[in-house]
Amino acid sequence: MDPMAAIKQTFFQECEEQLVELESGLLKMEDGDDDLETVNAVFRAVHSIKGGAGAFGFDELVEFVHVFETTLDLIRSSRLAATPAVTKTLLRASDILADLVRAAREGGSADATAVQVIADELNALLGGAPRGDEEDNTISVESLDFEPVTISLDSIFDVGEEEAPATQDFIVRFKPSAGLYAKANETLRLLRELGRLGETSVECDIGEIPLLTELDPEGAYLCWTIRLTTSVSEQQVREIFEFVEWDCELSVETADVGKLLEELQESLEPREAPAERAAVAITIAEPAEKSVAVAPEPQSGPATSEDHPAAGKAEAAKGEGSGAVQATIRVDLDRVDRLINLVGELVINQAMLSQRVSEAGLSRASSVVIGLDELEQLTRDIQDSVMAIRAQPVKPVFQRMSRTVREVASMTGKSVRLVMDGEATEVDKTVIERLTDPLTHMIRNAVDHGIEKAEDRVAAGKPEEGLLRLSATHRSGRIVIEVADDGAGINRARVRQIAISKGLIPAEANLTDDEVDNLIFLPGFSTASSVSNISGRGVGMDVVKRAIQALGGRISISSVPGRGSTFSMSLPLTLAVLDGMVVTVGGQTLVIPLTAIIETLQPKKESVHELGSGARVIATRNTFTPLIDVGAVLLYRDEPIDPTSQVALLVESESGAKCALLVDAIQGQRQVVIKSLETNYGHVHGIAAATILGDGRVALILDVDAIVARPRADMIVAELPAAAE
Amino acid sequence: MSKTILTVDDSRTMREMLMLALSEAGFSVVQAEDGVHGLEVLEKETPDVIVTDINMPRMDGFGFIEGVRRHEKHRGVPILVLTTESDGEKKDRARRAGATGWIVKPFSPVKLVDAIRRVAV
Repeated sequence: MDPMAAIKQTFFQECEEQLVELESGLLKMEDGDDDLETVNAVFRAVHSIKGGAGAFGFDELVEFVHVFETTLDLIRSSRLAATPAVTKTLLRASDILADLVRAAREGGSADATAVQVIADELNALLGGAPRGDEEDNTISVESLDFEPVTISLDSIFDVGEEEAPATQDFIVRFKPSAGLYAKANETLRLLRELGRLGETSVECDIGEIPLLTELDPEGAYLCWTIRLTTSVSEQQVREIFEFVEWDCELSVETADVGKLLEELQESLEPREAPAERAAVAITIAEPAEKSVAVAPEPQSGPATSEDHPAAGKAEAAKGEGSGAVQATIRVDLDRVDRLINLVGELVINQAMLSQRVSEAGLSRASSVVIGLDELEQLTRDIQDSVMAIRAQPVKPVFQRMSRTVREVASMTGKSVRLVMDGEATEVDKTVIERLTDPLTHMIRNAVDHGIEKAEDRVAAGKPEEGLLRLSATHRSGRIVIEVADDGAGINRARVRQIAISKGLIPAEANLTDDEVDNLIFLPGFSTASSVSNISGRGVGMDVVKRAIQALGGRISISSVPGRGSTFSMSLPLTLAVLDGMVVTVGGQTLVIPLTAIIETLQPKKESVHELGSGARVIATRNTFTPLIDVGAVLLYRDEPIDPTSQVALLVESESGAKCALLVDAIQGQRQVVIKSLETNYGHVHGIAAATILGDGRVALILDVDAIVARPRADMIVAELPAAAE
Repeated sequence: MSKTILTVDDSRTMREMLMLALSEAGFSVVQAEDGVHGLEVLEKETPDVIVTDINMPRMDGFGFIEGVRRHEKHRGVPILVLTTESDGEKKDRARRAGATGWIVKPFSPVKLVDAIRRVAV
């Protein structure tokens, strides 16, 4: 990749991080945190985005960030109070900033009106307070020449090709102070720089060097006089001394004045010892300096330098207290995945070895068995550690939700407070990426449907402000994410009524509260208000459920009328390992993802019904479910098999369709390492991936969705509710 | 042997830009993420020039410069400050802390290398 493109990518990654920092800082400020470090962190985040945006020429972004930064600078310097109204504006400004960053990344443009509205609000906050100078801004945008090699060549050619311009002589008198050396500047370099401008002759005055016993090794005793013949301007000559002008006495004069001074000097004194002469030269130089207005360091210096270093130290001390260095390296994801793959192989190998050893009938106390146990433990630890590399905290996703809450709350005119818990909980990167959409939907849902309007809340004796709690915890090897609101809870009568009217349940169905609550996950269920453009977009909770299931997760709801609802999602920490049911079909070993399995049944003769054309259904819980012989689908056998000799696994596909899969026998549950079949062989219909079992044999992992979807076309009839038995 | 530059900046974008510009100009580059980290790096590395940002968490550029100037081994190393502010206040403070010179952001590689050449080559 082009290095600049790579850096641009880094910039956008960094923007994402800074936006998270910005938002979490602003949220802290909203909660009344007025710690200077919080404000500083917020300022830094915005400042850092501005720096990069300027370098890449994202003008729209720079313009907005500049106003934003100026506002934050006022707060930082206590010229503007961070009142709730102000932080609210800042939070909305951070939303706009996020939009602008996205627009810059995707090459689009942000909603100009929205940007203008917030920019105006920020400008209003700036009000009479002194604005950051506009000039600074425009300069930084326009002088963005990151590939200015051409410019430098041009300037060289300019010098070379033009007719030799008129040269003039300058007399530069330069007397460094000790401070110049303390700041690591050196006379030699300055002289050499002068030498680049033209022809020089240099004279050094050593008259002030004291006796060795009185000499301060870090003192400055020399004074230089340089005669420079050059075509450049006086300004360019002075620029050489840009870094040191406070730490030296400097005069730059055209030679005419210089000559005059020299003559004056000569006429004033007869030739004496060189040391003497030098001393006089300096005294003469001084009034000359004033005449050309080379101001030495302004005397205001010492007064302010008193507090500045102190402030610097205080900040430094604070910084040291704020935690250890977090050293990180960035690694290509491919490399991590390759490592994960290799560790998977290691796990399999270790399992095989264990199996061989146990087959060999060695004593439990033998050193080989003990060593193997240790190996097993180590392998497991390695696997966990490697998986942890892909793990990331859920914080960025959670943080994004606070924006969703703000937006939906303001659209519905509700007042909602989002409380987050366990943002540091880590989970696989892919899981995080695919969590955003379902989570956003749930949050929108909770604010839109869960939390009541302020007046209803007050009437119900609740605080006016609704509370939304988003939390993440690790529980038994999975991550559990909960979205809990303190709203009205699920209106069960209404849910039931809708389900009946949509034909999802029979009118006389006798359902528990829990079952009613879970009706909202059914495909085709969508309460009247969920077609509103807030939580709606025609997407129901069934889509959320499917998205979670696609990640190998489960979702459930619990609700207390008048007290609120809690959606709870349980997700695997990684997608590289799968909890599977190991089964035998036609002499082959297969793995079925555990998350797809609802229950296992022993089919009875009277519950299996033939539908003709070889299709069969099984009656379970008042419904007929298609019965699929996995062995026949995968062509392990062509003779129909007697279902009663088999075990049926009731499975549910991601689309919510149910099916009973016939298998010969269940071997047990196991965690298996997923191996892609596509990369090693090719796509096989009905097979999702493969794994290697402890005995070294390859077992195929069933693609439940594909198996369920296949025969459904001619079995739709079986979905109809069965007559009550 | 090529000169070594220590860059101290909390922005990854800036660090990468500096890295690109400086390595293309033939310098070796070591990086640090803030002042505290920069002082830690100085325990192991001996850069010929330091280029540092001002606004950083934990320890800002001013604190870092003072730290370097107090450092027995590195007090004489030239330090260039990266600054977006052209108003002089930051420059002034950096100079009092002991900065050798400055580079105004956004910088071009030529500007950057030129500033380094002026203080170190």
